[in-house]
Amino acid sequence: MVKAEAVHKRFGRNEVLNGITLEVAAGEVMCLLGPSGSGKSTFLRCINHLEKINSGRIWIDGNLVGYRQRGDRLHELRERDVAGEREQIGMVFQRFNLFGHMTAEQNIIEAPIRVAGTKRDVARTEAKALMDRVGLGDRLDAYPAQLSGGQQQRVAIARALAMKPKLMLFDEPTSALDPELVGEVLDVMRSLAADGMTMVVVTHETGFAKEVADTVVFIDDGVVVESGDPTAVFENPRHKRTQAFLSKVL
Amino acid sequence: MAEADQPPKAAASVAPEEIKAVPVRRPGRLIAGVLIVIVAAALIRSVATNPRFGWGTVGEYLFSPVVLDGLVKTIELTVISMVVGILIGVVLAVMRLSPNPIVVAASGFYIWLFRGTPVLVQLLFWNFIAALYPVVALGIPFGPALIEFNANNLITPFVAALLGLGLNEGAYMSEIVRAGLLSVDEGQEEAAKALGMRRMQTMRRIILPQAMRVIIPPTGNETIGMLKTTSLVSVLAYTELLYAVQLIYAANYKQIPLLIVASIWYLVLTTILSIAQYFIERHYGRGTARAVPPTLLMRIWQSFSTWRHTTPPAIEQRHGL
Repeated sequence: MVKAEAVHKRFGRNEVLNGITLEVAAGEVMCLLGPSGSGKSTFLRCINHLEKINSGRIWIDGNLVGYRQRGDRLHELRERDVAGEREQIGMVFQRFNLFGHMTAEQNIIEAPIRVAGTKRDVARTEAKALMDRVGLGDRLDAYPAQLSGGQQQRVAIARALAMKPKLMLFDEPTSALDPELVGEVLDVMRSLAADGMTMVVVTHETGFAKEVADTVVFIDDGVVVESGDPTAVFENPRHKRTQAFLSKVL
Repeated sequence: MAEADQPPKAAASVAPEEIKAVPVRRPGRLIAGVLIVIVAAALIRSVATNPRFGWGTVGEYLFSPVVLDGLVKTIELTVISMVVGILIGVVLAVMRLSPNPIVVAASGFYIWLFRGTPVLVQLLFWNFIAALYPVVALGIPFGPALIEFNANNLITPFVAALLGLGLNEGAYMSEIVRAGLLSVDEGQEEAAKALGMRRMQTMRRIILPQAMRVIIPPTGNETIGMLKTTSLVSVLAYTELLYAVQLIYAANYKQIPLLIVASIWYLVLTTILSIAQYFIERHYGRGTARAVPPTLLMRIWQSFSTWRHTTPPAIEQRHGL
């Protein structure tokens, strides 16, 4: 579903990604681990073109992200087409980013109505179902400021799911939460994974990665250091940098 | 004694007794209060007894048709100029944040020009624009004109006033709107983008409504400022409130009472605007935990009601909670 080839990204002179190559199959759950500043969040943001890559290629279902190839030249996609690509990719942010002036329900139905052209009553029915699914069926009318961090993040997941994405990106979804609220968000993600959603998760929750991920990718200094089955990577890390990192976090 | 000073047991089953202590004496407060009351009384006596205030004349002209007509024109000028100003301000602010450098420069030039010259000069300029462009023509640029207007007929004092006030206000509003747009967290835009929303949709549905919370209070100030700035239009011989009373006192020489008439109306309008601003702020404050603070009038009302030992009015409603 996602294929990345030699992805490079610079911010000014700072090389953040130094050639990332990886592949995510449909229905796969991939966890990206690594020290902070290693480039894992940046890579995630490149997948839905929130960041432009400097070289390399990313494809989603065989379509180039952000560009169109004609002959051997790349053409930038128009805003409309980039937006169209993003519709199919849900994203959950570290700091939730719920729309503060809208209730939970309005947050969820905004994009289906404005972007996908869903009828309002259909969107509302779906919003109710999604809120039930994340365990907040009775908080449809709450504003984000009235919800705890964990509840906000669950609404944010519901909002992303409302666009019926084929791929979900999670950018450290539990890092901004109080420890006792982490579990409720991970539960929702676990059930999503069980339903066969393709997920790419940047996380520090090694327990979650071990239990839910099909593949764990360890990134450091903008390159993939090691990847594979979670038990293999966690129990028998082959690379020194992976060992050093895991010894600190496990 | 030693027993009484000991802290109470943690799980006391009886409700703790309310503290009834003798309040600290504050002589400074008392003196300041007395002084202010004395000065206020002297002022009120002078205002009430000085016959040259001409309160009779004030009452006579307060609701005279000429004054009321001027009042309506002042309101018209304020409302239309502010609408023009806000629209131009939003466009300029969005232009200022555009990725296109020429668009940014154009917006910057506009602000530089209109903020850098006095509004009175601009008003006069628009009034005399016919001297610069006697004919205004709509047509193809550098090509033939399709419709032509005589500038003298097109730019009436009213139109000159709207151009002068509105275009000038646009420059100020753009900075206010820009500050509002920048106050919205970047994550909001990213979340909207990630959901597939376009730039303009994001601006209209997500960014602007949240920027309003920051934009409204200074815009209220601007509106009140605009209300008073419309009095400058009197130099264009347009009969707004100030020019209306000037016409009257030019005939009867009762300058002071008529200026008081104008001042009373300006105060009435600014008071109404302040109250309207409170409710608009409350509307755009929805979804935020912080309540909009009560207005000065409401605070005074509240302190009087508590002083009378009645229940204070519920003005600290946390909107949306």
